[in-house]
Amino acid sequence: MASYSTSEFRAGLKIIMDGDPYNIVENEFVKPGKGQAFNRVKIRNLRTGKILDRNFKSGDTMEAADVSDMEFQYLYNDGEMWHFMNPENYEQLAADKAAMGDAGKWLKGEEVCIITLWNGRPLSVQAPVFATLKITHCEPGVRGDTVSGATKPATVETGATVQVPLFVNEGEIIKVDTRTGKYSARVKE
Amino acid sequence: MSDESNWFAVNIHSLLWKRRVGEDFLKVQNPPQSPFAKGGDHWQPTAALASLRLRAELLKKIRTFFELRGVLEVDTPALSRAAATDQHLASFRVASARGGNFYLHTSPEFPMKRLLAAGAGDIWQLCKVFREGEAGRLHNPEFTLIEWYRLGFDPHRLMHEVHELLAELLPDASSAAEYLTYREAFQRHAGLDPFNYGKQDCMRVLQDSGRHIPSEGDLDHDGWLDLVAGELVYPKLGRRGLAFIYDYPASQAALARVRAGDPAVAERFEAFFHGIELANGFHELLDAAEQRRRFLADGDYRRSHGLPEVPPDENLLAALESGLPDCAGVALGLDRVLMLAAGAQSLDEVIAFPSSRA
Repeated sequence: MASYSTSEFRAGLKIIMDGDPYNIVENEFVKPGKGQAFNRVKIRNLRTGKILDRNFKSGDTMEAADVSDMEFQYLYNDGEMWHFMNPENYEQLAADKAAMGDAGKWLKGEEVCIITLWNGRPLSVQAPVFATLKITHCEPGVRGDTVSGATKPATVETGATVQVPLFVNEGEIIKVDTRTGKYSARVKE
Repeated sequence: MSDESNWFAVNIHSLLWKRRVGEDFLKVQNPPQSPFAKGGDHWQPTAALASLRLRAELLKKIRTFFELRGVLEVDTPALSRAAATDQHLASFRVASARGGNFYLHTSPEFPMKRLLAAGAGDIWQLCKVFREGEAGRLHNPEFTLIEWYRLGFDPHRLMHEVHELLAELLPDASSAAEYLTYREAFQRHAGLDPFNYGKQDCMRVLQDSGRHIPSEGDLDHDGWLDLVAGELVYPKLGRRGLAFIYDYPASQAALARVRAGDPAVAERFEAFFHGIELANGFHELLDAAEQRRRFLADGDYRRSHGLPEVPPDENLLAALESGLPDCAGVALGLDRVLMLAAGAQSLDEVIAFPSSRA
């Protein structure tokens, strides 16, 4: 089984600890001039997103995690699982709610998402950074108010709720930043 | 970044540059289009041109410092048939086409002591040293060391001289220095007595501070102290001015003499500034038989821990047998001093080409 020595540690390396895959976020080499060396490492659990601080004795080895990012096209949601297809070989896979996180809120169909796979199974799903969505319901717009910064909730076609500026109307199309879930711009049809 | 280090970075930087060269200096010397410190392409230097100029300036000051004190600048080989036996130092081995191995020195200590034994008097050296496997924000496998020896000095007198030199190189280090024994430093910052502790005590103080304890591979007795030092003690040293730690556990004597007592202590010291270790000094061991015993003990440790065995320096032992004058010596990491002087956060910012680009 592949493994990494602490001397190979660097940001972005994927390791397995206590049965979970982790991404190394930061690696600091700590060594008193005449003493034992350590690697002080910040790692992110790729399943839960939790960040931990860990110390390793330099020279220790950790099992490598077979984690990779691949592009998949979103197909449909069967009520429980989200189904995707690899556009190159048409292979399909399904991601559960835990792997989807918030990504499912922004998907209509056919979007190309980045899926992080661990041993071939979806660990997390990233929706495209911007989702272009039609507003299916919101209170009527306040014409001309483009500066006050006040917002109102709007429901978009995927069912998600987004805070939008007051001038935005039902039936209009908006761009949402899926990383933050925030309104980004109005899109002219 | 902590508030303190942030404060420091801003302060040192402005102090140094505003006063000495004016604010425009950096802009003029390092225009936006300059490849210096851009880090974009692999061939480009990671340091700013201003850092290179600062290095040259510090070197000039160091030469003047020793010249005024009548300390002779010397030069000793970087390649040696012998190597440091230290448990936690790894030497680069260089295979010779004519047979056998050379080792790149990890410090110029052994040949400098041979010069002392030969009657060279007070000596100092500026050189590149090499330590395999040491790379990170505060480490580069190849780095610049200033090492000097003073006849008849005890560690305290040498600590004062280290302070005098650093005060010239780092404006913020000129204020009063703090002097703590190793024991006081551990008791104050970790609540641990480094002369009377067990593994459980170390685990407790680390856990109480929310620090993670490595699960892989048990640490040896001194290894636990090193972990506590790196997590809880050293980062807190030298926050307001230079801090010196002295009187180390005898088990960490390295090449220092051990002073009998209860407990016996190694006459060794280290200097810290803003949590960063800058210098390590010894009241030098003069006893050839004791030095041989330590070399042999290091050899045993290396064998039992699967570390490469290295030939101890027989020339050093012969020099000690012929007689080393009473002296104290210290080694100072110049790149770290430069990093602090430049208000930089990592050595890469002050080394033109760190090992990743060497």
